[in-house]
Amino acid sequence: MGAHPVLTLIAQRIALGFLLLLAVSVLIFLGTEILPGDVAQSILGQAATPQALENLRRELGLNEPAYIRYFTWLGGVLTGDLGTALSNRMDIASSIWPRLKNTLFLAFWAAIVSVPLAILLGLVAVRYRNGFVDKTISGLALSATSLPEFFIGYVLMYFFAVRLGWFPSVSTVYDTMPFADRMRAIALPATALTLVVLAHMMRMTRAAILNVMQSAYIETAELKGLSLFEIIRKHAFPNAIAPIVNVVMLNLAFLVVGVVVIEVIFVYPGMGQYLVDHVSKRDVPVVQAVGLIFAAVYIGLNLIADIVAILANPRLRHRR
Amino acid sequence: MPEDQIHLKGAPLLEIRNLKIEATVYPPDEDPHDITIVDGVSLTLHKGKVLGLIGESGAGKSTIGLSPMAYGRGGVRITGGEVIVNGRDILKGGNRKVRRLRGREVCYVAQSAAAAFNPAHRLMDQVVEATLKHGISSRREAEARAVELFRKLSLPDPENIGKRYPHQVSGGQLQRVMTAMALCSEPDLIIFDEPTTALDVTTQIDVLAAIKEAIAATGVAALYITHDLAVVAQVSDEIMVLRHGKTVEWGDTRQIIDQPRETYTQQLVAAHHVEHDEHAPEGTPLLSVKNITAAYGGGHINVLKNVTVDIRPGQTLAVVGESGSGKSTLARAITGLLPPKEGTITFDGRELPARLADRKREDLRELQMIYQMADVAMNPRQTVATIIGRPLEFYFNLPGAERDRRVNELLEKIEMGRGFADRYPAELSGGQKQRVCIARALAADPKLIICDEVTSALDPLVANGILKLLLELQKQEQVSYLFITHDIATVRAIADSIAVMYRGEVVRYGPKSKVLEPPYDDYTQLLLSSVPEMEIGWLEKAISGRRMAAAGN
Repeated sequence: MGAHPVLTLIAQRIALGFLLLLAVSVLIFLGTEILPGDVAQSILGQAATPQALENLRRELGLNEPAYIRYFTWLGGVLTGDLGTALSNRMDIASSIWPRLKNTLFLAFWAAIVSVPLAILLGLVAVRYRNGFVDKTISGLALSATSLPEFFIGYVLMYFFAVRLGWFPSVSTVYDTMPFADRMRAIALPATALTLVVLAHMMRMTRAAILNVMQSAYIETAELKGLSLFEIIRKHAFPNAIAPIVNVVMLNLAFLVVGVVVIEVIFVYPGMGQYLVDHVSKRDVPVVQAVGLIFAAVYIGLNLIADIVAILANPRLRHRR
Repeated sequence: MPEDQIHLKGAPLLEIRNLKIEATVYPPDEDPHDITIVDGVSLTLHKGKVLGLIGESGAGKSTIGLSPMAYGRGGVRITGGEVIVNGRDILKGGNRKVRRLRGREVCYVAQSAAAAFNPAHRLMDQVVEATLKHGISSRREAEARAVELFRKLSLPDPENIGKRYPHQVSGGQLQRVMTAMALCSEPDLIIFDEPTTALDVTTQIDVLAAIKEAIAATGVAALYITHDLAVVAQVSDEIMVLRHGKTVEWGDTRQIIDQPRETYTQQLVAAHHVEHDEHAPEGTPLLSVKNITAAYGGGHINVLKNVTVDIRPGQTLAVVGESGSGKSTLARAITGLLPPKEGTITFDGRELPARLADRKREDLRELQMIYQMADVAMNPRQTVATIIGRPLEFYFNLPGAERDRRVNELLEKIEMGRGFADRYPAELSGGQKQRVCIARALAADPKLIICDEVTSALDPLVANGILKLLLELQKQEQVSYLFITHDIATVRAIADSIAVMYRGEVVRYGPKSKVLEPPYDDYTQLLLSSVPEMEIGWLEKAISGRRMAAAGN
């Protein structure tokens, strides 16, 4: 008896995830490598003397061949050292950490609201398929998605911060902030994010369940006298989990990675703003570090989706 | 009138009066309109009786069968008449009342149990679901009853089979579990919708016997829907013959099969009379398959083991066996789709390369294929003329006018007029689609056509027409057939020689008259004795014959 095939399958997926992350790290390194311009030059400016440039290059290790620099960088990343920012000479790891926490905090609360809401709305839309309720839900969700996120952000800010004054328009948070204040601060950006991701998840939930509703076993359930909502909950939903989790994970990844615009609008001190600040300063080590973290988030969440899909499949869980 | 007054002793359990069922169709170039699927059908069924509903596809059997559950499949609507179950018209009273009837008074057994079970739940949870939903008994009682039914239906390991998931159980077993599911809530009526059609003939007989015994033991009434008169004769007290949504004839089972009154019923009873004289296996073989061994995937499990058969010019070799016996794999090996691990294939005096990619266009042209599912074997967006014309262009480079002339010739050969040239596959019936596929194969002017279950998806009378056409074309064109089928009656009708396959091996091979003549080997005996015959009491005889054979071993 070997290991259960599901465990083998999951182990393979995880190994593949790490391999992918490694490949991405190579791409990130190469990508920043082929960008035009010289890091030393951009730090010291046009007026730098050749001697000063040479000194800085040696100090930064820029004269080493690319592959050596890659392995040095990778070795650092693996030991938790993301390098030093060129622009302000600060340790990247220690300046990223609080920002990552902030971004995850915002993403977490946006997800807590949007994921159950989207799935519930999807179920309700299927229950009242093609009727008034379904069309209203789809219509509202789609129009929320079609609006650019900065527009939604400003509209929310105008009504709820400026006109009504319920929430602050600038979502500044700091470490010692009390929880309630913190929640008040992120209310508007979290709402904006929810509106952005809601429709996609809702529509996919609806489509996945409608697809399952075509199956013969749904007819069997109907002919047992089950009500439509019981059928959707007991017979359709368990078979639609894999595609739903897939789209949920994709949107969770967006909540972490795609929040740049929202963070900038609400001046929220998260990863997105940090990235934007340092891209404009051509701060390559920071861009590399943030890129790698974003890639890890994407790969990790998709890995979870894969594993859930494997676990949700009774054919894989229970051998013949 | 109060219910208890109607529900007198002797009142029928089910009474359908003047049923009318309609559906809206959306044809490609026309406005949507309503068509009548079932028109003026009436029937009565008493407690504990079995009524067989029989007819071709499109006769409205399933549609009528589902009416006692007030269910219309795929947008079908019951628009007229009355359906009275246990003394009340179930078409009046709305959804809530209908839901209380479904799964409690009337239960359903579907054709494909494999699709009708939810893959995400254990069998037991699904079997007792209706019983619990309607509050008929506690979970413990329902499960005990289910286990009892599993035992009654001769399922292996009745105590534990309920813990399995649908994919862990074979098709024949699933069909029996579905019957147990229908019986579990102790309904008054069960609708069996072609419950054995998707099964192998050797499995069908066991399921049929199990269903019959379960009906007798529980005293439930049943509507038994099938297109196979021999099957329905085994289980029914009465038979109703349907055609185009109307009743053709309704009577006692014995009367229907022994003295059918209507012409259509007589045709159904007499199906499978195809004239064909067996040719002796003389001359050099056109196709010689020698010691073929083939495997899928990594090649660990051989699905074909040392298979050797010959086909002679202008003759038919029938390959017969149940699903999984390697029949279609043999066809894939011959066509080069699955290159064999060992063995040779000699065609028309030359050895064929094992891989399809290595074969010449001429090899491809001379060896054509026709499939079971005609509708998926054609491009739905091409007209019949394009479909048949394609091989003419591809193999012979025929220019436009010449090609059109040849397409019309071929259409005449398959007994379809010129009017069909501009139609799309969706506008053809099942039999017509299969004819177009035959014409497409003929267009390549082949020496051998592999026919893979070409009549299995067709109604008996239509299938008969196709077999006659194939034999007629064989006479005209001297083409050989490799005819793959699981149906012994088809084999009897058209074969010159027969290969019986079982688990990847040819267990019996020779001229038809020799293969179908005793003494048989065990498997051929089992196969032949499993084919239902149109004779009341055949099932009991066949089962007891089997038990004796098993006891003798």
